[in-house]
Amino acid sequence: MSSLAAQKTAGFSALLEARNLTRILPAVVPVTLVEDISFEVGEAEFVAITGPSGSGKSSLLYLLGLLDRPTRGDVLIRGTKTDELSSAELSQVRLEQIGFVFQFHFLLPEFSVLDNVMIPMQKLGKLPQRDQLDHAKTLLADLGLEEFLHRLPAQLSGGQRQRVAVARALANTPDLILADEPTGSLDSSATEQVFESLQKIVETQNTTVVAVTHDLDIASRMERRIHLVDGRIDYDRHR
Amino acid sequence: MMLLLRIAATHVRNRLRQTIVSTLGVALGVGFSVAMASLMEGSQRDFMETLIEAIPHVQILDEQRSPAVQPASKVYDAIEFHGLRPREDLRGIRNPIEALASLRDWVNGNLAQRLSGQAVLRYSGQDIGMTLIGVIPRRELKVSKISDDMRKGTFEDLDTISNGLVLGDKAAERLGAGPGDTVTLTSANGIAKRFKIVGTFHTGVTANDESVAYAPLKAVQILLEKPDIINSISIRLANISEANVVAARAERQLGYKAISWEEANEGLMEAFLVRNIIMYTAVGAILVVAGFGIFNIVSTIVHEKAKDIAILKSLGFPEADIQQIFVLEGLVIGVMGAIAGSMLGFGLSSYLSSIEFELTTNVEMTRLPIYFSALHYVAASLLALFSSGIAGFIPARKAARLNPVDIIRGAT
Ligand SMILES: Nc1ncnc2c1ncn2[C@@H]1O[C@H](COP(=O)(O)OP(=O)(O)O)[C@@H](O)[C@H]1O
Ligand SMILES: [Mg+2]
Repeated sequence: MSSLAAQKTAGFSALLEARNLTRILPAVVPVTLVEDISFEVGEAEFVAITGPSGSGKSSLLYLLGLLDRPTRGDVLIRGTKTDELSSAELSQVRLEQIGFVFQFHFLLPEFSVLDNVMIPMQKLGKLPQRDQLDHAKTLLADLGLEEFLHRLPAQLSGGQRQRVAVARALANTPDLILADEPTGSLDSSATEQVFESLQKIVETQNTTVVAVTHDLDIASRMERRIHLVDGRIDYDRHR
Repeated sequence: MMLLLRIAATHVRNRLRQTIVSTLGVALGVGFSVAMASLMEGSQRDFMETLIEAIPHVQILDEQRSPAVQPASKVYDAIEFHGLRPREDLRGIRNPIEALASLRDWVNGNLAQRLSGQAVLRYSGQDIGMTLIGVIPRRELKVSKISDDMRKGTFEDLDTISNGLVLGDKAAERLGAGPGDTVTLTSANGIAKRFKIVGTFHTGVTANDESVAYAPLKAVQILLEKPDIINSISIRLANISEANVVAARAERQLGYKAISWEEANEGLMEAFLVRNIIMYTAVGAILVVAGFGIFNIVSTIVHEKAKDIAILKSLGFPEADIQQIFVLEGLVIGVMGAIAGSMLGFGLSSYLSSIEFELTTNVEMTRLPIYFSALHYVAASLLALFSSGIAGFIPARKAARLNPVDIIRGAT
């Protein structure tokens, strides 16, 4: 089913919907990572996911990003159920519609800053080559990285790497950016830079950002906060 | 695809030492295979050429492939006759003129008729048993290379002297006779005739050099009391690959057994086949070993690049792409190895073909017979690529199945 068809049948669909998400790791003693999580996120939202360590924040983000599959429940992207999609189709959804930023930079160490940002574009192959380069340069310049295009990730500071990761997440202009403690390993000034760049994306590009954070100051500056305790939603409220 | 290749090439390039070692493994495999194949094929071709030069391409003999049907059986269908002997004096190809004429109609090549038989050669009180071959010299020269083997005199002299004789140099040595000397040949029936030696030959095959002699056909027919009879026809074809077809057709047409050079040397052909199987087994083994080298490096890369695999998957690269990247890594090494190996093989073969040997046994060989063929390079390279593809495929499949979540969790 295409997302368009889904929208028609549903009348209205949220950008992202978690529907009774439960993820249990099968083991001798099964581990419940998240349990019965439901919420919707619309366009251009800036959502914080908070909670104590081990409360299931990362697990939830992997499910939302279609990297992991739920034991029960489903994730809907613009109304499209994803539990029916094949692994290759999920990859395509990730490529086109979702950008990830992890706590540690997760850049490809053997490729330059510019290559790291361009690789998702090349994989998608929607833009002509010339435009890919221009687009990557613009993204990096917007994040204050124009001087570092040809450096390797190892030659950058932690904050710079995280901003490159943000630029890469934006490469294919996704509707949704999922960030797992993107500032978790950064000092306060770098944290501020990365946070502001995410905020700017929400405001200027209508992109939705869902970010896990344990930084309560950061969380308090975001318009909506979903708080987890023991794999369940404790509260979900707007500022 | 270009993107995947670029990622693969980057992984390989950043492990230069390992890559060089694996590439060398493949290169050595391909190089030695090529050199070995060119030497093997070279020696085979060399041998075959010598063989084909030396023997008729098709030989028609005065025998039947299956025993002749008894004339009585033709009349009395249901009765079998055993123990009847065909008449002794029927041996030989009858109506040789007619048979030769009918062959000349369609055979593209030269024909020569022969009558051979046993005779005793006597000179100054010594007797030697000889195989005496009666030939028409100018015809014989067109189907055999006997003129190349002449040591003294010429084969053509047989034509000019009516009772001329050409014999092997070993026989001449034993008798102490040489050109100009007159010898006596005696048939089994006691007919004796004097012949004058006009030349000697040396084929390098001892049995021939000790006991074969050539004389004009007419003289031999008289000596053996077989006027107008021959017992073999030798054919030298313009195109030797037609030998089997020509032999079969001649046999059908004349009713006499006709054997091609391939049939005559069946055992040899089998020996070559066995030799080639052994060679390709050795080549295969070398490439399997090279494959292990590639398997090793690609497995190592998969292990080291687990994090990159998780990144690529999170970016939206499907499993098939991940698999392709690592298969490509195996192939990249395979291609480099095949190119380097082809050059190595060419160098080795060129070197081998330039070495000179001093050999003075039966067969004289001054250089190793190396046969250069693009096919050797293509075959060895394809085998190397196949082996490296498989070697890359196994770890690649493992890479494609890695769970990104496990890796991302593990890294934090
Ligand atoms: N592979 C695993 N095996 C066992 N327990 C796990 C595994 N992965 C995660 N967990 C547990 O699941 C819980 C949720 O983890 P996580 O989602 O990473 O929490 P958070 O990101 O909020 O710190 C934690 O208690 C963690 O220890
Ligand atoms: Mg976490």
